[in-house]
Formats: sequence, C-alpha cells, structure tokens
Amino acid sequence: MKARQKRFVFIAVGVAAVGLAVALVLNALDENVSLYFTPTQVFNDEAPHGRSFRIGGLVEEGSVKREADGLTVNFAITDTHKRIPVVYKGILPDLFKEGKGVVAQGSVGPDGVMKADEVLAKHDENYMPPEAADALMKAGVANAAAASAVGAASAPAAASAVK
Amino acid sequence: MAINWFKYSAPTTFYGLAGKLIPWFGISAAILFAVGLYIGFFVAPTDYQQGEFYRIIFIHVPSSIISMFLYLIMAGYAAMGLIFNTRLSSMMATAIAPTGALFAFISLWTGALWGKPMWGAWWVWDARLTSELILLFLYLGYIALHASIDDPRRADRASALLAIVGSVNVPIIYFSVQWWNTLHQGSTIKFSGTSMHVAMQQAMFITLVACWLYAIAVILARVRSIILERERHTKWITELPEVKN
Repeated sequence: MKARQKRFVFIAVGVAAVGLAVALVLNALDENVSLYFTPTQVFNDEAPHGRSFRIGGLVEEGSVKREADGLTVNFAITDTHKRIPVVYKGILPDLFKEGKGVVAQGSVGPDGVMKADEVLAKHDENYMPPEAADALMKAGVANAAAASAVGAASAPAAASAVK
Repeated sequence: MAINWFKYSAPTTFYGLAGKLIPWFGISAAILFAVGLYIGFFVAPTDYQQGEFYRIIFIHVPSSIISMFLYLIMAGYAAMGLIFNTRLSSMMATAIAPTGALFAFISLWTGALWGKPMWGAWWVWDARLTSELILLFLYLGYIALHASIDDPRRADRASALLAIVGSVNVPIIYFSVQWWNTLHQGSTIKFSGTSMHVAMQQAMFITLVACWLYAIAVILARVRSIILERERHTKWITELPEVKN
C-alpha cells in the first residue's frame, strides 16, 4: 500500500470510529437531548420529579382561559392522547394559539397542574399567505392541511406516543 | 482531447484562474442578492401565522445551509491535503473557514432575532440550535488552531484532523429536528416536496444561490492572498506584475 492509501484508510477508519462513538453517546443521552417531554411521557412517569422540566405539544382547542387580572392564563397541552393543564402568569408569545404548538417550562404539582414560568410557541414548517391558508381550510382538504400544519408539533409527540 | 484536470491544482495556475473568476462570481452574487431580496421583501406574500417576521428566512436559511455545506467542503479539502499532500487543498480549507464561520454566526444571529418575537425566547438549548453553535465553535477552533502553529505545513495537518473529526457534527445538525423534540421546526424543503408558497420559495432559492456565489468569490480572493503569502519566496510570485511594482 502506498503512503497516501494508508493515510486515506487511516482517515476513513478514524471518521467511522468517531462517528460511532458520537452515535453511542447520543443514543445514551437519548431523551436528555430532547427539549421537552410529551404529555404521554409525563403520564408514563418518564419526566423528572421535583425539578423543573418542559412539556411540549399542542394548545388544546377551547382550553385557553384568561383570569381577571389579565396576566394569568390557563390552558392545556395535549398530544391528542393525554392532556396536562397549565397555569402561567406572564406575557405569551405572538404565535401562541389554540391548536398550535407550544412548549411550557415549569413543575407539575400534586394536583397534576403545571405551574409554568416560561411559555414558548413552537411553530410549524409551513409557509403560505393567509388567503391560501383560508382556502385550504374551506376546501375539503381541511383535515390534511390542519394535520400537516400542526405536524411539526404533533409528529414528534405522536412518534414518541407510539414508542 | 485529453483535458489536464490537474492543471489548476497547482497554486501557480490556480492563482491566475481565481483572479479571473472573482469578478464574475462577485457581480452575479450582487445582482442575485438584489433580485432575491426584492422578491423576498416586496413580492412574496405575508405568512398566515408569522406575518412579516418570517422574511428573516431569506437570510437565515441560506446562511444555515451554506454554513453546513462549507464545513463539509472544508473537511474534504483538509482530508485531500492530508492524503495527497497537495498544497492548494490545504490552502482552500484555510480559506473556507472564516466564510463558514461568518455564515454560521449569521444563521445563529438572525435565528435569535426571529426567535424572540416568534417563540418568545432569544435562545433555547434545543438540539438544532446547540449543534449549530458547536459548528460555529468548530470553525473558530479550526481557525485558532491553524493560527497557533507557526509552520504552515504542520498547521495544515493538525487543523485538518480537527476539521475531519468535526464533520460528524453536520449530519447531527441536519437530522436533529427529526431525532429529538426540538423547538426549532422541521425541514420545510424535503425530498418529498416543499410546504411553502411559490414566491417565497423563489426568493429563498435566489438568495441561496447569491450567498453561494458570494461565498465562492470571497473564498477565491482569500485563497489568492494565502497563495501569495505562502509562496512568497518562489520565483513565479516575485515575477507577478502586481508584486513587482
């Protein structure tokens, strides 16, 4: 073998070894790399106890209620299988809407309600003008469109629910 | 007709070729930026959810794509420099790093500017954002390592190893939104099709090409300076008209 072939093999083997090592580490970290837990995972007792963590999913339709002080908001995060009620006092991001993706950080009390100190909006990968979105909703494809519109939030949720 | 593919792999010939190509890449980059940003800001419609804020994608998405691709190209050149001991490959790798770092930085910066109004946070430690930050650190580490070793050939070899090992990070950035729960949304442009309005797509595609042309122009300009610096003791450099005078 020529010297340059040796170097090539050395580099190829090196990259493969590093890649394998990283894959093993990431696999071991698994859930710790994920930004949030789904409500199903919380019900399955996979979320940490006694410390703050994040729950992600969709804001349940019809669940958003504002209290009289104008700042406190009650809503529920759902992954279409399970739901977790959340109470949050503060300013919500612009994209916060019923049926849209959301990630809330806080701790779940014994009553099963999460007291959130931070609420982030998670939006989807679809970009279109408002008229197009309206037209999609009016047409029979409303279901498909809605499904793909919330896909960004619900796909990982559904995937881990299946797991 | 036999084409000599290796003619331009020598710094001597590549120096002249790069000099001739730079204006073409530079001018077409400027024109396409103007066209792409015009379509992006004035023709493309408002988004149904994000309003006008989404227009950051015409800068953010091309920067992110190019920051990742440039890293792989840089690692490829670094590997070629290691394996074949060619001078120009290592010079190319060194020339790519600052542009790659710039695009990684723009990607993170524009993402933060967009994240505050849309998500409600400048920064989140999710897998996509964190791995892109690591990419920026890899670029900076490569530049720093290369600069810290005085002998350029030894600097090439040491930093090439860092570049090659770091390339493992690029697929992690790309697939992070599929592998883990992230706040960053999934890919809009997929092999199965694109979930985006046509004018938005066109604007993004044109700014992407413009960013590529810009990247090529500045990398060629930088590699010319590196050639001048490293080969300054050779005869052909001392005979260059721009050096003589």
